[in-house]
Amino acid sequence: MTNRPMGRHQRAEFDRDLQNLQDELLALGSMVEKATIKSVDALKTRDLAMSQQVIREDDIIDRKRAELEERAVDLIAIQQPVASDLRMLIAALHVSMELERIGDYAEGIGKISLMMGDQPPIKPLVDIPRMAEKATAMLRASLDALVKHDVEKAYKVLADDDEVDALYDQVYRELLLIMVQDPKVIERGTYLLWTAHDLERIADRATNIAEQVVYLVTGKQVDPNQVSRY
Amino acid sequence: MTTITETTATDTTLSVTNLDMYYGSFRALRDINLDVQRNSVTALIGPSGSGKSTLLRCFNRMNDLIPGARVEGQVLFNGEDIYHPSIDPTEIRLRVGMVFQKPNPFPKSIYDNVAFGLRINGFRGNMDEAVERSLRRAALWDEVKDRLKASGLTLSGGQQQRLCIARAVAVQPDIILMDEPASALDPISTLAIEDLMRELSRDYTIIVVTHNMQQAARVSDWTAFMTMGEDRAGYLVEVGDTHQIFTNPRDERTEGYITGRFG
Repeated sequence: MTNRPMGRHQRAEFDRDLQNLQDELLALGSMVEKATIKSVDALKTRDLAMSQQVIREDDIIDRKRAELEERAVDLIAIQQPVASDLRMLIAALHVSMELERIGDYAEGIGKISLMMGDQPPIKPLVDIPRMAEKATAMLRASLDALVKHDVEKAYKVLADDDEVDALYDQVYRELLLIMVQDPKVIERGTYLLWTAHDLERIADRATNIAEQVVYLVTGKQVDPNQVSRY
Repeated sequence: MTTITETTATDTTLSVTNLDMYYGSFRALRDINLDVQRNSVTALIGPSGSGKSTLLRCFNRMNDLIPGARVEGQVLFNGEDIYHPSIDPTEIRLRVGMVFQKPNPFPKSIYDNVAFGLRINGFRGNMDEAVERSLRRAALWDEVKDRLKASGLTLSGGQQQRLCIARAVAVQPDIILMDEPASALDPISTLAIEDLMRELSRDYTIIVVTHNMQQAARVSDWTAFMTMGEDRAGYLVEVGDTHQIFTNPRDERTEGYITGRFG
């Protein structure tokens, strides 16, 4: 922190509250990241018990999000934040919502896995786990950028979304081809398509978090021209 | 006496350039540069001792009344230098009215409080109409219309402050300076004064000193942040549109002050 010419430092308690809120946000981020990975693992290994667990645990994620939101609203009401404090709390509200939605996608993949039941996937799952890896890496990077106030890293996340989109297109075309050739597998093909779509949406949510980081740090919305530079 | 022109080409009503202000050998203000936009509210914020009230009093030469006070630099009001030797300070104070922290009605009737400034300026129009118009502008008419002969001191604090605003408005100034106009009032009266400031800014230029950050954010179009240096001279750190100052200030000293962490 640079040397400030004015008086002593104040509002230590508010600073602690903001720090706690950020820690809780990271904890929620870690929960949804694990849920995503678990949901795809369970789908791949056909572990229905694990899929059920992912579905159950989404309630915990939902509750945590509600708690976080309440805490942020309390701080806004009580502390009447302005400038970077205000931007931090607004970002926390947005980010907790994005994380909760990612949790919902993981839960969705859990449900897809249950729908598949004891049927084998119509093809070996390679690209879908890769999508999950990339999407969760983007999520981790976006939260890291949030904590470190790292705008450059946030822009990198925005640029990385193209890779997930490309993977999604690839999975989509491949599945379409299989389903056209054998209409009997359309139902199972659709399950995988849904899964790929959910993962693509998770990556989009990670970019939303990255956009919040840009706003939090700079006070300005994302510059689309900046994204293409990464 | 130099006539002060009604309008200038720009939207700046008050333009301050390289202003230094001294009380004897003590420099109270250092190198102030500020343009005040016409028909808007400008808030001066900053810690105690940063020279906000001193600066405010430079705008209608109220500091002239303090022995040893002197000003260097320029204050242009509608393009005219208000510190030019040919300018009569009382003329300035007529055009640049002032409302103080503590409501200070004269120990006279409500009517006479409002009529006072008009009378001493030889007003020849319809006094009843002028008083009513001013009281309406100050959002006080409905509360006092049946007791205009009652003493101004019988009113509540919030009403007294609105009476002072009516008194300031009566002489139809261009600028109204307000030095913490609501700090002695309860929250409801405070909001009434804030509403009034917004309303008045359609026709008047308002410059307000406030310690209440939320008030500055609510009422002002422009915010100027002042602080003081090691030599205790007050100076301007940042001036900007209020939205920008309160969401994304440029200077970290402003950030530190408005978020309540420093200063």
